[in-house]
Amino acid sequence: MSAPYTGPKVCLWTLDHANPASLETYVANGGYSALKKILAEKTPAAEIIEQVKISALRGRGGAGFPTGLKWSFMPRNYEGDKYIVCNSDEGEPGTFKDRDIIEFNPHQLIEGMVIAGYTLGAKAGYNYIHGEIFELYESWEKALEEARSAGYLGNNICGSGWAFDVHAHQGYGAYVCGEETALLESIEGKKGQPRFKPPFPASFGLYGKPTTINNTETLASIPWIMRNGGQAFLDLGKPNNGGTKIFSISGHVNKPGNYEIPMGTPFADLLVMAGGVRDGHTLKAVIPGGSSAPVLPAEIIMACTLDYDSIAKAGSMFGSGAVIVMDETVCMVKALERLSYFYYEESCGQCTPCREGTGWMYRVVHRIEHGEGRPEDLDLLMSVGNNIAGRTICALGEAAVGPVQSFIKHFRQEFEYHIEHKRCMVGA
Amino acid sequence: MPLITIDDQQIEIAAGSTVMDAARAAGIYIPHFCYHKKLSIAASCRMCLIEVEKAPKPLPACATPVTDGMVVRSHSAKAVEAQKGVMEFLLINHPLDCPICDQGGECQLQDIAVGYGGVASRYAEAKRVVKEKDLGPLVATDMTRCIHCSRCVRFGQEIAGIMELGMPGRGEHTEVMPFLEHHVSSELSGNVIDLCPVGALTSKPFRFSARSWEMARRKGISPHDGLGSNLALQVKDNRVMRVTPVDNEAINECWLADRDRFSYQALNSAERLTRPMVKDGGRWVEVDWPKAMAFAAGALKVIRDTHGASAIGFIASPHQTVEELYLFQKLARALGCENIDSRIDRVDFSGRRDGVEWLGMAVTDLNKLDRVLLVASTVRKEQPLIAQRLRQAVKKGAQMNMVHCADDDLLCPVANKLIARPSDLVNILAQVAKAVGADIDGLSDVVVSDAARAMAASLKSGEKKAVLLGAVAQQHPAASELHVLAQAIAKATGATLGFLVDSANAVGAGVVGCRPRQGGLNAAAMFVAPKKAYVILGAEPELDAADSAVAHQALAGAELVIALSPFKTAGADYAQVMLPVAAYAETAGSYVNMEGRLQSWCAAIPPQGEARTAWKVLRVLGNQFGLAGFDQDSAEQVLAEALPEGEATVRARLNNEIADVTVAHLNAAAGIERLGDTAVYQLDAYSRRAPALQVTVDGQVGHAAMACGALIARLGLSEDKPVKVRQSDAEVVFKLMRDDRLPDNVVRLAGGLAAAVQLGPRFGPISLEKM
Repeated sequence: MSAPYTGPKVCLWTLDHANPASLETYVANGGYSALKKILAEKTPAAEIIEQVKISALRGRGGAGFPTGLKWSFMPRNYEGDKYIVCNSDEGEPGTFKDRDIIEFNPHQLIEGMVIAGYTLGAKAGYNYIHGEIFELYESWEKALEEARSAGYLGNNICGSGWAFDVHAHQGYGAYVCGEETALLESIEGKKGQPRFKPPFPASFGLYGKPTTINNTETLASIPWIMRNGGQAFLDLGKPNNGGTKIFSISGHVNKPGNYEIPMGTPFADLLVMAGGVRDGHTLKAVIPGGSSAPVLPAEIIMACTLDYDSIAKAGSMFGSGAVIVMDETVCMVKALERLSYFYYEESCGQCTPCREGTGWMYRVVHRIEHGEGRPEDLDLLMSVGNNIAGRTICALGEAAVGPVQSFIKHFRQEFEYHIEHKRCMVGA
Repeated sequence: MPLITIDDQQIEIAAGSTVMDAARAAGIYIPHFCYHKKLSIAASCRMCLIEVEKAPKPLPACATPVTDGMVVRSHSAKAVEAQKGVMEFLLINHPLDCPICDQGGECQLQDIAVGYGGVASRYAEAKRVVKEKDLGPLVATDMTRCIHCSRCVRFGQEIAGIMELGMPGRGEHTEVMPFLEHHVSSELSGNVIDLCPVGALTSKPFRFSARSWEMARRKGISPHDGLGSNLALQVKDNRVMRVTPVDNEAINECWLADRDRFSYQALNSAERLTRPMVKDGGRWVEVDWPKAMAFAAGALKVIRDTHGASAIGFIASPHQTVEELYLFQKLARALGCENIDSRIDRVDFSGRRDGVEWLGMAVTDLNKLDRVLLVASTVRKEQPLIAQRLRQAVKKGAQMNMVHCADDDLLCPVANKLIARPSDLVNILAQVAKAVGADIDGLSDVVVSDAARAMAASLKSGEKKAVLLGAVAQQHPAASELHVLAQAIAKATGATLGFLVDSANAVGAGVVGCRPRQGGLNAAAMFVAPKKAYVILGAEPELDAADSAVAHQALAGAELVIALSPFKTAGADYAQVMLPVAAYAETAGSYVNMEGRLQSWCAAIPPQGEARTAWKVLRVLGNQFGLAGFDQDSAEQVLAEALPEGEATVRARLNNEIADVTVAHLNAAAGIERLGDTAVYQLDAYSRRAPALQVTVDGQVGHAAMACGALIARLGLSEDKPVKVRQSDAEVVFKLMRDDRLPDNVVRLAGGLAAAVQLGPRFGPISLEKM
């Protein structure tokens, strides 16, 4: 077992300082220097995108799409307004990392958004902040005001004559608004429901204009990459999985919380950092990437390293890095009932399979949990899941199916026991 | 053009098309619910999922753009599996109430379930129940049946131009509903009934009265505005049970205005005249046809012999058929009378016209316009579907310019508008004419406002343009001046001059000669200098006339009025003989619409009671007088005589030119004046007898006096309270409603109202007094 990670951190390094969120702390430690350099040297956008590509930074919101590639989709010569949007609608159960960036290192996010705005030729940036963290909305507004006063936002950024501003937008708690096109609809003042793609936001985004949407942690990583170079970022992690990453570990561990460690760190190391499984208990299962990622039994996850490739190979998703730990006391039927209720409740209702299917799955799991399961229910759940996944407008359909199918796949016995004995196998 | 393969069929289709477009072009049916050819793509029902080679997941045909070389399988095992999966989801919460559902038998869900649904349901949980919504008197709801296709919501936003339905709620709790405390009150609202693929939205007046398979569908033409919408009259037991649209891209597309859809109720009205009646000692007595005809002909002969043929007035409704109107004028002329007219609501006949006024272009050309000048038209209510076409043009970039007496909401962006009182309308239009540099005399004293200049600038730019005169312009006391100004503006800007013809067969009436020629009197003149006798075909001049009071007085004072009408209430108080004639659905006939299109139809049902088709009654009247040329055996024969070359005869007589008019009414009148445009559901004898239409918001508003808040306050009146309306010597009590879209000193009180007959002219001084 290796020692706790003590190397450089990309996002939450300010926590090692007094007044982590202050402009002074940020600037004193090299903050906004990347932006100043870019504006002073008029660094070509292509060079910035190249560095981001080298860094192998992948979308931290959950999909893991290479950020440099996404940026290169923005039309260069488009005449008219373009936008960048920061997705801080952190609604995935188990994920609580973006809120800490906004709370403890807001200026790095601002700098990241401004650099993105410069690179992509955007007129303005919006930060869409999750409804449940309303207190951070205010601290974020305060940070924006600080940055404006210091000339890092506004009509003449760092004296360059270039204008760009960032606006905050408060979400109201709908999970689906974390889906990028639903988020755009919500900013536009409409009902938050995903758009059919194509067209993609890079050609038809906010208010119909080319738009790039990135996760908070993704954008906050940009200044570090520009200060230290893409290669340095890549070197923090492992090939195809650059940088450090914040893992939100929750559940049955002694020290739940956010841990920023290099990509590719063994899961076992993270578990040690989090104080191990709560005393006197053993690891049963882990959901490695937020509630929509398929669950992995202990023996599988213990062999994984924390990066996109390893987790995918194990049959789950790296996702947003929200690690939910369950010990042997957890009833998997009860846990799934709660998860499927969440997706049933959060389906936007726009397209048929998700609107109708999530309620169907929840009701069946609910019945099993309450001793009214039938032998054919498990096959039915798998089949209903197959009829949802891949047939919906957005990924919420798959997200709802992931838990159901993986719980049954790995813990079928427990479900069968529930159905047969009308009570719980683990006695929960 | 991309070449794609669908189900082994190769098809070339324009770039930018979707797989659904390609499939439709290839004649391949892909099941769907939310897709509709006239609405935006929602891609939400997922019923049209298809297999595309190299795509990992099934894709919705409606939203997948074609690419060259694409290989699509719409009926492969993978596609059908996806489609069946969606079908199962749609059915799990859909009630199994087809036997009591009005949509049964014409339900897309039912039909597609036959092909893609399971034999039994795997869903064993409780089903969703959704509370009903009150959408007003026309659309009934059974919201539990809703499958959330959102067609009705998109229709409001995209076609009707007003979002009256939305889908609040999330997930399973998503519900289609109107805004709180609101109904659906668009003049096009009934189309959501057709659009709804299930029985969630059905026709309220039709509710539970017949099954779809019990009815024969017979083609008809709408008898209201001048568009000539194509109707499917749905008939059971010789009764029209409901009306739905017949697709005609050149005219109504797949839509109907509510007026077209629901006024069939009048066909089954208790007010129908079913036996000939003669007034005997002041009391109406039912008689048989020979007696009635002998009486009518005899009485008319006496008048002609005593006072001469010019003592008779022949007034026809412009909603009658070509055949009827042709024989009507033929009878008048054979009797030696030139007092023939169907322009009952007009007052200004000055100037020289050389033909019949028409749209000046094809209806479909409206969608292609770049610039529009709409002159005095309450277009949404006069021409609901023309307004829809103009909105589509504006959506594509056309600039709408509006000159009117009320700032009516056109439900589309208006580039420039000039709103003025009716008596100021000539001045306003003259300003635009002067600003475009029109070649017309008498404008030297006209002061051009900035707004008029801006409008002129809009009209001088663009390629395809039209100046369209609405019903208010045509009914206006200075209609000819508005006409000549519009003509001058059109000439100066290279625009087409058109008339938004507000009755179903006004063009046909003009073409067959329902107009006075040398020595004859027009409709207004026939009432101002009362005639000894009137022969009225289908009209209710006391309601429709430019001056209802004068018309009513003239009719009441005549020695003889012969009324040919489907309704016994038309003319009951002034006629001496009432002859029951067939309504529009009960006769074969033809209309000429505003673009000069001749549309003929066969009778959908037989006439009610002893009513006879009007052309036969007119022919027999001719026989009674022993006149030659009244021996036609069929409506077709009458038509061939009326329009020997068919549409070519029509086209030869269409002409919007006017000459010999002096622009004189350039100074607005002082004081309060009436704006008496026709209320949407008071246009004709049918719409005013459709109870469902009368209780709609439009129907109710049509019965009130409207004024802006400033005027109401200045007069010390209260809105939504009764008010005394005084015009000339008459006084009638109306409900006063506030409409801040009206200019100051204007009281909008619709023409065509039974309650307003005594008040008189549609335009002119009016006053409001506290009760």
